Amino acid sequence: MPRGKIELKNYVESLSILDADGNVDASLEPKLDAQELRLAFAAMLRARRYDERMLKLQRQGRIGTYGPALGQEAASLGPAFAIGKNDWLVPSFREPAAMLHRGWPMHKLMLWWGGNEFGSVVPDGVNDLPICVPVSSQCLYGAGVAWGCKIRNDGTIAVAFTGDGGTSEGDFHEAMNVAGAFKLPLIMVVQNNHWAISLPREKQSASDTIAQKALAYGFNGIQADGNDILSMIAATREAADRARKGGGPTLIEAVTYRLGVHTTADDPKKYRTEEEVECWRAKDPLIRFWTYLLAKKVMDEKARELLEEEINNEITAAVERTEAYEPDVLEPFRHSFATMPPHLEEQMMQFQAYLESIGAHPGRASNDKIETARGIH
Amino acid sequence: MAEMTMAKALNLAMREAMAEDKTVMVLGQDVGKDEGVFRITEGLLKEFGPDRVIDFPVAESAIAGVSVGLCFTGFKPIAEMQFSGFGYHAFHQIENHVARFRNRTRGRYTCPMVVRMPYGAGIRAIEHHSESREAIWAHLPGLKVVIPSGPRNARALLRASIFDPDPVMFYEPKACYRAFKEEVPEEPEVMEIGKANIVRPGDDVTIISYGASMRPVLEAADELEIEHHIDAEVIDLLSLVPMDTETIVASVKKTGRVVVVHEAPKNCGPAAEIIARIVENALMFLEAPIERVTGYDLVMPFFNLEKFYIPDAHRVVTAAREVVSY
Repeated sequence: MPRGKIELKNYVESLSILDADGNVDASLEPKLDAQELRLAFAAMLRARRYDERMLKLQRQGRIGTYGPALGQEAASLGPAFAIGKNDWLVPSFREPAAMLHRGWPMHKLMLWWGGNEFGSVVPDGVNDLPICVPVSSQCLYGAGVAWGCKIRNDGTIAVAFTGDGGTSEGDFHEAMNVAGAFKLPLIMVVQNNHWAISLPREKQSASDTIAQKALAYGFNGIQADGNDILSMIAATREAADRARKGGGPTLIEAVTYRLGVHTTADDPKKYRTEEEVECWRAKDPLIRFWTYLLAKKVMDEKARELLEEEINNEITAAVERTEAYEPDVLEPFRHSFATMPPHLEEQMMQFQAYLESIGAHPGRASNDKIETARGIH
Repeated sequence: MAEMTMAKALNLAMREAMAEDKTVMVLGQDVGKDEGVFRITEGLLKEFGPDRVIDFPVAESAIAGVSVGLCFTGFKPIAEMQFSGFGYHAFHQIENHVARFRNRTRGRYTCPMVVRMPYGAGIRAIEHHSESREAIWAHLPGLKVVIPSGPRNARALLRASIFDPDPVMFYEPKACYRAFKEEVPEEPEVMEIGKANIVRPGDDVTIISYGASMRPVLEAADELEIEHHIDAEVIDLLSLVPMDTETIVASVKKTGRVVVVHEAPKNCGPAAEIIARIVENALMFLEAPIERVTGYDLVMPFFNLEKFYIPDAHRVVTAAREVVSY
């Protein structure tokens, strides 16, 4: 056998429709009517304002550690915007724009970061999984959901999110491999925000692009401008269409940037320069989309003001609802198994006796008392 | 009634469940065309097709994780780990998702799945194929851990596990797959998970065990009776989580003497939990210190030595005599 070149059946595409200065390639624009454009902008703005308020709440000690998604609104909203209600969204933890758009009430996300499992209770009528913490582990159940969609053959698909750091995890590769081998209707979105806490993208992998990893698994990969909502919607629509027709999975690398901290426990000044952040601030997905909408005369400053006010009211109401939430202290016992086994019943009774002994009763008040009794404040 | 091996009985349980419920699926390495390395999935691909019997790529984490996603879309996966020694790849998915989704979502999403794994020594296999690590899974909140000991209870417990609304780690003592046959009823039979079986009633000493160790235990019970006139009560736990504390305690209250037997290492092994429950509930009934006959706190040696390391009837007899004569 002579020595030769093996031609790959596939190649990696890149996609940018609306650039940082607001220039648009009209030939690539996805079909979106004025109402859809307004809706997309509102969803991005909502996520931005939510993030800003969450950072304040964290600093005030009203929620726990928070991982903001500042700057990644387009990357996460695009895929959620482009799929149907019956499709599945499998988030990681930096997709508030997607989750809010899908119908998660804002207070649920606040409850999650505020330390309440109720934030993982998927709302009725929403085909989503909750926030997932162990990096890329969600890719596998995302593939499983896609598998279920395929067997049921009802035209539904799954969209799973991970990040550039997540592409180093074995679970990511196992999910990619299985999705390719079984042609699963899965869209894997990698939010390449350039930083996995302190590890830069170039140290995460020697691959020139993340998108090209799809080729090794036998399916399409595309590198889209993740700060361009139009690119993200267009790329996802195409991938969804292919998946629904039995064409298998797609990897979308959304090139974006984490403008904020990894979480509020992180100080990015230790590992990246302010110049780099400034450079990406100029590529803010909201600014360019707003310029585009103004040029299209889809929205004006007045409409923006009204929207800002509406969002502000929603956030305030969500904070109130979050802070009024009273967790049931005994609830974890009730949801460990469908039927509580005897050993848990016994432990619950002991726990109840303990609660009574410190004068606490199920509900928020008892939580406060437990913390006082243990000297935790 | 038909006489069959545990291998056949497990196969029968899956076939029955799959015929009754279209959402039951089997996923694993070589479970389809090859019918499983132990032939436990024999005939399933032919009968139920490639949509329900999936020859999976070599990726245990994916077998578990994909099963979780299948659960969310309404399926009941039976995930096979080819050997429990390879199941550790799936540990992360099992601990972080399989065991937690019901609690995490307060019941909105659950994992009604079974993870089947052959475990234990005694088949002269190469390294990593002979361990008993059931305690690892028993430690994880949210999982049930079921371990059959013979063909009849294997079939009834696997059926119960498949239709259980919660995830079950189903540990199969591979040394028992074809070691003996038992009468198995024609009609499907279900056993309640969490109920132990008093295999042999007796008054002098309670011997508690499960899985592959039940055979040396029963052999020892016969020897104790015939050679030493000691009447042992033998309890087959069948499930480590939930554990049937009630049956254990009632027996200990009667005999006052206890031996716990398992192949798994001693340190933090299942015997430690069993004994703790006895101490919590029946300390004042004990007539003698409790003996543990277990694996040593070592990795299982290569197979040329394993016969010395697997707890045998002789060790059980010695321990029981010591406890009785205390």
